[in-house]
Amino acid sequence: MISVENLSIEQGAFRLEKVSFVVPSGAYAVFMGRTGCGKTTILEAVCGLRKVRSGKILLCGEEVTSKKPAARNIGYVPQDAALFSTLTVRQNLTFALSLRKWSAEAMRERAEELAEILGIRGILDRPAQQLSGGEAQRVALGRALAFFPPVLVLDEPLSALDEETREEMIGLLLSVHKQFGVTVFHVSHSRDDARRLATAVFCLQGGEVREESGFFGGERMGP
Amino acid sequence: MRESATNKAPETLPDWPFYTVLGVVGATYVSLIVAMLVADLFFTTPGHFVSALRSPEIRYSIQLSLFSCTVTTFFSLLVAVPMGYLMSRFSFRGKYLLDALLDVPIVLPPLVMGLSLLILFQTAPGKWVENYIPFTYAVPGVILAQFSVASAFAVRTMIVAFDQITPRTEQVALTLGCNRMGAFFRIALPEARRGIFAAATIAWARSLGEFGPILIFAGATRNRTEVLSSTIFLELSIGNIEAAVAVSILMIVAALVVLGVTRKFGLRSFSEKRV
Repeated sequence: MISVENLSIEQGAFRLEKVSFVVPSGAYAVFMGRTGCGKTTILEAVCGLRKVRSGKILLCGEEVTSKKPAARNIGYVPQDAALFSTLTVRQNLTFALSLRKWSAEAMRERAEELAEILGIRGILDRPAQQLSGGEAQRVALGRALAFFPPVLVLDEPLSALDEETREEMIGLLLSVHKQFGVTVFHVSHSRDDARRLATAVFCLQGGEVREESGFFGGERMGP
Repeated sequence: MRESATNKAPETLPDWPFYTVLGVVGATYVSLIVAMLVADLFFTTPGHFVSALRSPEIRYSIQLSLFSCTVTTFFSLLVAVPMGYLMSRFSFRGKYLLDALLDVPIVLPPLVMGLSLLILFQTAPGKWVENYIPFTYAVPGVILAQFSVASAFAVRTMIVAFDQITPRTEQVALTLGCNRMGAFFRIALPEARRGIFAAATIAWARSLGEFGPILIFAGATRNRTEVLSSTIFLELSIGNIEAAVAVSILMIVAALVVLGVTRKFGLRSFSEKRV
């Protein structure tokens, strides 16, 4: 569960005041809003990458507002994938595991398992900087999921992909959500993404977050 | 619709005068550079080279130049990498002022830099330091004089290098379990390796060419604080132009090698598009 209570963030001239919302455990929440309205700012605050002025952030019932990003156990996939370019795909996938002192054998097995799920078995030993956009997003997703985080945060992961790759990624995100049972917080511009992926949709408008119940009557949300 | 309004495409003048001006200005400038190098080459002979290299003073100055430039480069990187990271990644009060201060060694006349160092080591703290490490008119002084200018160029290069690396990868590393230091050493530093290489070569080349601050602060004493740039000055002052030109050509070759290496492995990468 992700619970945000009266969150206020100030960043230069930009301000968000008393934002509150709750993403239930195991939900796939798509967070929508116009460009510059503060979606990514809230996402970064949840991840611990942005200072908050006041309010609370709770993950799985535990308050993490003042905790460092490392202590929050969040899998984060940024828009541009932001792979570690000096490492191979395998090293990217096992980065979080090496910090958690997994054995070499356990890391190898986990990398193989993720590669199988994400369809990137053939590129495991390729340098990360030699990947296409779709491959990079898959690796970024695998890197975020590697350490079994209870919360997965995605910042417009589909926006820079071509139509075909986007379709593949949507299928992958659905299967990953089902298989891993993580709570997903997905920032997107696309109503189509929300219709096909979300079990809950939130809209940020005028500094206020509204849950759009039955907004789509769509494929995942049901009537 | 206004009477004067029309959909007719505007008539344009031909482009050739513009291209001609660009070509003439560019060719004149490049010709000047090439002409200087060619003139140096034609002025000297292999005999001048051999005779210059046989001189124990010039051999000492070559050795001291290589040694001092390498040590200066090491210390410049030691300062430039953290400074570049600080200036690139963090916002803090007084950053604007600090940014301007970093350029002081670049914009100050070199002689002023040397004089400032000399005066600094006449103060009480400076004299105290000299009790342990003699800087004025000594080899450490050569290194400090080189460092005072070369490090500023290295810092600027590292700021650009870190600016061109997205901070997003470090943020991802933070969420995956790193602290700030871990993200710096595991992610930022390896990604900045080409920038570090460029900063090192620029610092080395700047140190090799440094003259004014060394002359004022460390002097140009033969077999003691004489580096290649001082050699040119000393040989010219005694009328030995052939030796001065031979040493100049050595420095030109060193500079061209550094330039080539930097272009191939370092600075070129700054303009490469990230995947």
